[in-house]
Amino acid sequence: MYLQSNMIYTITANTEGWELFVNSLLPMIMGAIQYTIPLTLISFVLGLLLALLTAMMRISKSKLLHAPAVVYVSAIRGTPLLVQLFIIFYGLPTIGLTIDPFPSAIIAFTLNVGAYASEIIRASILSVPKGQWEAAITIGMSRTTALRRIILPQATRVSVPPLSNSFISLVKDTSLASLILVAELFRKAQEIAARTYDFLLLYVEAALIYWVICFILSLVQTVIEKRLDRYVDK
Amino acid sequence: MFLSIQGLAKSFGANQVLKDIDVNIEKGKVLSIIGPSGSGKTTLLRCLNSLEEPDKGIFTFNDGLSLDFEKKISKQEILKLRQKSGMVFQSYNLFPHKTAFENVTEGPLIVQKRKKAEVKELAEGLLEKVGLKDKMDLYPHQLSGGQQQRVGIARALAMEPELMLFDEPTSALDPELIGEVLTVIKDLARDNWTMVIVTHELQFAAEVSDEVLFMDGGYIVEQGTPEQVLKSPKEERTKQFLQRILNPA
Repeated sequence: MYLQSNMIYTITANTEGWELFVNSLLPMIMGAIQYTIPLTLISFVLGLLLALLTAMMRISKSKLLHAPAVVYVSAIRGTPLLVQLFIIFYGLPTIGLTIDPFPSAIIAFTLNVGAYASEIIRASILSVPKGQWEAAITIGMSRTTALRRIILPQATRVSVPPLSNSFISLVKDTSLASLILVAELFRKAQEIAARTYDFLLLYVEAALIYWVICFILSLVQTVIEKRLDRYVDK
Repeated sequence: MFLSIQGLAKSFGANQVLKDIDVNIEKGKVLSIIGPSGSGKTTLLRCLNSLEEPDKGIFTFNDGLSLDFEKKISKQEILKLRQKSGMVFQSYNLFPHKTAFENVTEGPLIVQKRKKAEVKELAEGLLEKVGLKDKMDLYPHQLSGGQQQRVGIARALAMEPELMLFDEPTSALDPELIGEVLTVIKDLARDNWTMVIVTHELQFAAEVSDEVLFMDGGYIVEQGTPEQVLKSPKEERTKQFLQRILNPA
């Protein structure tokens, strides 16, 4: 009780701290709008396309398609994201390939989403009963049409919860881009903290903003799931 | 004659499921296939539209299309073969994310690329034929098993196939729902659809078939009119099978 009232006292009575909180809100939110959110959205969309391609390659019976997909997924899952970011941004210039911070981050995050989501997509495609393929084929569909019209819509429903997880993780993982100089939300917090030494206040503030973004995304997930569930027996 | 098949064989690994089968399918006639489970009857049916690709066998159609499965067969040829038949599955396999109406229109719209208005009329007509016009906007999970299977039949008919294949169409149904599905199939027989039906319903097979084929162990053991095969079978194995089905205890 004492501790709690003491905290409230420090935040409300310490007008200096409160002002800092309010004043740094705008730069952090700008960081989120300019970098965190675009980085998340672009990487996720590109990553999903890559994931779908990878999943199809892994399902394919052709070894030539199967093998590269397996190696790619293994390499990305088996190495830290931060190390991948450093290789792309700090490592590649050594061989004359210099990429700006933002595109470097896009590349690293896309590769990551592609690898993790491909396993989700693969599992969800395989979860659709074989009879659905057969029914589609007997009404004359090619495998591609069957996939697009019959299989993927059913697989989507299965994959929304795990893909939402990936998406929310991605929002938070973008904070790693601060280490390759992308001026996103957390980097803004670091910059302000470096001037004011209010580490606790500013990092908690950054955490709160991430939380709010992720909370809104969970709400969106619920809406999508409800929409996709309309044809499912409950 | 609609289709003549010679020397059809199919193995799954080391297990030879069909051994040198010859079958003729007559235009406008109903052929029923009966036999114990594992006899190869469903595999034979699935070979007819290459859902299982035969290892061997020569298929000759009345329009001149001829496929020899010992040689390499192109995708186009398989597609042509599949276009000739519609299939009704034991477990219906309706598309769960589409309404009854959309299940029926999917093939004509997407595969045959026919006009929307025309397909709407076709689908409504077919759903009326199977007695489900009032249920056409419901999703499969909102329908009973018998209703789902009737949508399955309408979906297959919508492609206007020359041959209808039925794979144990009533085996997954509750007893009280079997009648409504059999009635629809009988109607089709009356309209002179060419049909091949794998079934356990001997009474139904007797009523609807022009020819009955008894299979066991990958061979056709006996074939003839329902009268011959079901009432006075010649082969011992047929007699035993009928005995077991008619007096299960």
